[in-house]
Amino acid sequence: MVVLRRNFGKFFSSRLVGPLLYLVAFGWGLGRNIQVNGGNYLEFIVPGIIALGAMNTSFNAAGVNLNISRLYHKTLDEYLIAPISAAAFVSGKVLAGSVRGLIDALVILALAFLFGSRLAVNGWFFLVVLLTCFVFSSLGVVAAMLVNTHEDMANFSTFVILPMSFLCGTFFLPDSLPQVFGWIINVLPLTHASYLLRAIASGHGIIPLSLAVLAGYALILFAAGVAAVRTVRQ
Amino acid sequence: MIKISRLAKHYGSIQAVAGLDLEIDRGEIFGLLGPNGAGKTTTFRMLTMLTKPSGGSASINGYEVTGDLLKVKKVIGVVPQHMNLDQELTAWENLELHGRLHKMPGERRRQRIDELLAYVELAGRAHDLANKFSGGMKRRLMIARALMHSPGVLFLDEPTAGLDPQARRNIWDLIRRMNSEGMTVLLTTHYIEEAEALCHRVGIMDHGRLIALGTPTELKKRVGEVVVEALNHGGNEYRFFADREQALRYAGSLADNVLIREANLEDVFVELTGRKVGD
Ligand SMILES: Nc1ncnc2c1ncn2[C@@H]1O[C@H](COP(=O)(O)OP(=O)(O)OP(=O)(O)O)[C@@H](O)[C@H]1O
Ligand SMILES: [Mg+2]
Repeated sequence: MVVLRRNFGKFFSSRLVGPLLYLVAFGWGLGRNIQVNGGNYLEFIVPGIIALGAMNTSFNAAGVNLNISRLYHKTLDEYLIAPISAAAFVSGKVLAGSVRGLIDALVILALAFLFGSRLAVNGWFFLVVLLTCFVFSSLGVVAAMLVNTHEDMANFSTFVILPMSFLCGTFFLPDSLPQVFGWIINVLPLTHASYLLRAIASGHGIIPLSLAVLAGYALILFAAGVAAVRTVRQ
Repeated sequence: MIKISRLAKHYGSIQAVAGLDLEIDRGEIFGLLGPNGAGKTTTFRMLTMLTKPSGGSASINGYEVTGDLLKVKKVIGVVPQHMNLDQELTAWENLELHGRLHKMPGERRRQRIDELLAYVELAGRAHDLANKFSGGMKRRLMIARALMHSPGVLFLDEPTAGLDPQARRNIWDLIRRMNSEGMTVLLTTHYIEEAEALCHRVGIMDHGRLIALGTPTELKKRVGEVVVEALNHGGNEYRFFADREQALRYAGSLADNVLIREANLEDVFVELTGRKVGD
């Protein structure tokens, strides 16, 4: 169930801006003189930026769009009237969101390459990116189905997605934060996505625990998405 | 074809639909009439499974709307009150998407799209974006979309709201044509003349209840076929009579300016709901 989108060019170029800014600001600007764990800062943040880019794009693509289509365009009804199961519908939305997140990640990877970072990218790397996209597309679907105004959807992004972008091991390791924060952050999915991507990119291989956490989030959020679609017919 | 029994829906303390009993036959054009907030859309949403009833039951073609979701979905076509075409897709793509959602095979899908675009007279605009269409064209496209999977019952929620007279006639013709080809049609409307011109039977809803049911002629008979409108200062006063003679006698007894005319559905409506449509 693929919903084709035009405006691909616009989507593509607007996707470039955010990561480009991060790379310029943190990679070139700030990062020139910073060393993290004995490596250069650019190499440290690129996996983080990929993780947060994948998160933002897939959350927005699946969640924000679905929320608008449910509340404003009412196009969700068209899907609810069709003889398709809730699981098929959620799969479609999550896949569509994931594809965009994946494209975003590839764009960032290409940019980072131009900036001179050399990462060890392999199959695991893409698997983790895809899993990250899947987790946040599913979260997007859940939020879109449960949140009843556009404002609250924006608030959800501000209070949940935005803090994660900055805190979850993307730009710095949470070791330096007070321990309580460290605990909270270590429970969040994006943290594990950035740890995993960083470990793979620097040639250390996968972290099984983090992979399991991500997979667990993926399963739970997907199931929650299906349940939310089922109960939306109130 | 459609059996509704004690169907009810409440939102918190609001009783949107309060125990509706109704049967609609195959091949009928049935109109639900009622003021804003009467519960027409809520009734449609329950019949099309977009909303769960709080009580009662309804079946379409023998399938319960709370049970056999997939079976019911295959036999109904729905044109909602609000425009919900995908604005970023062309007319053709909107139909294609619907066909895919209904798992129609490719060949059959393309054939049906061409057929339907011609049917609703949009063949020339197949590859224009839906948001470039006029209100009437969007409605026709939504009807075409609802017909894609060849349903036996069509639900039209205010199919002509906001359309100019020309576009409205256009939709009427389309509804009549579909009906003559065997389609059962349920529609809601605020336009009395629409119900009168189009519907075999009409149900008048108010405050979630059906307060009258019958053919337009029966309903007019019920309140009296002749109306005497007395035009006095405070506003018009209406009296209903079975025939002209009684009406004349009454009119003679009045000092005000009077108008004697045949009753229409609007009179029925006003008499039964105690307010004008749209009040
Ligand atoms: N999702 C909802 N939540 C709460 N109340 C609702 C909801 N949907 C409808 N209602 C209420 O139910 C009642 C009936 O609404 P409904 O939309 O069925 O009326 P309608 O006859 O279609 O009116 P209109 O002619 O304006 O379209 C109204 O009082 C409305 O406020
Ligand atoms: Mg309505």
